[in-house]
Amino acid sequence: MKILTANRLTDGIAVWYADGGWAETVDHADLAHDKAAENRLEAIGAKAYAANEVVDVNLIDAEVVNGVVQPVRLREKIRAAGPTIRNDLGKQAARAA
Amino acid sequence: MYRYDEFDHDFVQARVAEFSDQVQRRLAGEITEDQFRPLRLMNGVYLQLHAYMLRIAVPYGTLNGKQLRMLGHIARKYDKGYGHFTTRQNIQFNWPALSDIPAILADLASVEMHAIQTSGNCIRNVTADHFAGVAADEVADPRPYAEILRQWSSVHPEFSFLPRKFKIAVTGAERDRAAIQTHDIGLHLKKNAAGELGFAVYIGGGQGRTPMVARKIRDFLPEADLLSYCTAILRVYNLYGRRDNKYKARIKILVHETGVEEITRQVEAEWQELKDAELKLPEADIRAIEAYFAPPVLAGRPEGDQAVKLARLDSKGFSEWLDQNVVTHRHPDYAAVTISLKGIGEVPGDASDSQMEAIADIAEKYGFDELRVSHEQNLILPHVARADLKAVYDALVGIGLATANSNLISDIIACPGLDYCALATARSIPIAQEISRRFASLERQREIGELKLKISGCINACGHHHVGHIGILGVEKKGSELYQVTLGGSADENTSVGEIIGRGFSSEEITDAIEQIVETYLGLRLDPQEKFIDAYRRVGPAPFKEALYAGEAKAA
Repeated sequence: MKILTANRLTDGIAVWYADGGWAETVDHADLAHDKAAENRLEAIGAKAYAANEVVDVNLIDAEVVNGVVQPVRLREKIRAAGPTIRNDLGKQAARAA
Repeated sequence: MYRYDEFDHDFVQARVAEFSDQVQRRLAGEITEDQFRPLRLMNGVYLQLHAYMLRIAVPYGTLNGKQLRMLGHIARKYDKGYGHFTTRQNIQFNWPALSDIPAILADLASVEMHAIQTSGNCIRNVTADHFAGVAADEVADPRPYAEILRQWSSVHPEFSFLPRKFKIAVTGAERDRAAIQTHDIGLHLKKNAAGELGFAVYIGGGQGRTPMVARKIRDFLPEADLLSYCTAILRVYNLYGRRDNKYKARIKILVHETGVEEITRQVEAEWQELKDAELKLPEADIRAIEAYFAPPVLAGRPEGDQAVKLARLDSKGFSEWLDQNVVTHRHPDYAAVTISLKGIGEVPGDASDSQMEAIADIAEKYGFDELRVSHEQNLILPHVARADLKAVYDALVGIGLATANSNLISDIIACPGLDYCALATARSIPIAQEISRRFASLERQREIGELKLKISGCINACGHHHVGHIGILGVEKKGSELYQVTLGGSADENTSVGEIIGRGFSSEEITDAIEQIVETYLGLRLDPQEKFIDAYRRVGPAPFKEALYAGEAKAA
């Protein structure tokens, strides 16, 4: 399965495409289960990049764990949570609050 | 220290205005990311995993209290309350919004700072010995020459689009604390038999995926010829350096492929065309720049000896800190202090906004308003009266920055690694933290003695692992982090590249492996005076391999 991720142009914050917009957390990112869906996400990413909404657009591997979307690779897990050495920073900070 | 003249002010202000306009146009969608990326990089703006990152230049690592206070202000107002001091004597902020960067650069300009040429294929911040102007073994302060190089290299039209980035370091002492042999150009300021100042010139050092120790191409270059000779080197590199493959584009590859004799011949031939022309540095200009770096007037403070003696008796912590983090100053009543940014279990090189402000206060009150950033990611107070050392120590204890571990195993250089960096393949910081905690006992660390441990989270080697006495390189293997160990590296006047000791270790195993290496060293050293690096050079890798892997061989 794949999900679409990028960084927001204005502040660089990591975002994931979910439910028609760019969400600040990965939890409910739109999942592509097949090639056609991947192509659809890619087209959305390309359009958002061209519209200067986001930069560094990537389609990444994901899985669903306990009903929540999670990236597969460590790099993307860290992007989705924040630095592993500072739980008070990044997405995990808001979650803990 | 150096103060901007009218030209410098206008130049930096003009760049702030220019880049602010570029950011506005980018945010308005008038320019694309492809058009904007090279512009933002020229101004120190990267995109990392979580956000943008802004790298701010601290020329040759020298700054004053007002500047450090401004960095604290930026950390608080625009970032998340901290900054990260780097191995190139700069500082990075990890969370700035692009839309705030014009305001940050304007704030920086107000204290004579900027982020120009902290990225991109140009001549980067020129680094220098962090004890410049202080060390007793110094021939002359290297920073005036670093400043001359800064002025010459800033938006140099010929050298703004080099094959790859280009780093210059300068030392003024025999004991090299600026790691000059790991730089594209390394300059060793010295005196010839006639007592004239000049440089031994090294080229082609570097780390990354192809580590190389620089080669000396000239034993003595008169100081007046600094710019013409550097121009000759850059010109040869710019002309013949590879542009087809970014991994082979640094000057070290050109030196290696061309051969040091031939490239020396090319540089010298180019220099013959340049040496008697407009790049010759007038004596008066050198001395004028030098005047900016004149040491503060250090009044006699002979009461320091007695004060230190009494304070030692009074406080074991002070005594340990004095032995480890305080070094001799050329003036007997003064000392240079290393403020360790390597508290046990802390993130190497990080300082909070309030710590930065407190250090600025200390520098202003006790340190003649001068500070240095070391390439080992610590801060330095270069001039402190020995009579004031206890007060400085107490102030540092108050902000949690009095860890007495300078040059010990927990004084670790670590790159940001996969916790922040878009290029990283493994995490560095948690490994540094775990090793630091494992060796938390300062008594044990002192028993081990000088040991430089350096960690990089990818092959680009920002954490200098190649030149660590113990180096750790994090890579990704089959989806997991794996840590390779190198031994025997060094970044001083006897620079060497460490050797890979064997198979890598998982994140769970690596700290045990490091401990095993240290125990092996303790078991084989001739006496407590024989440092780790000297013992390794004496015995080679075999005993360490045996200790780490013998069990496996037998099992297999």
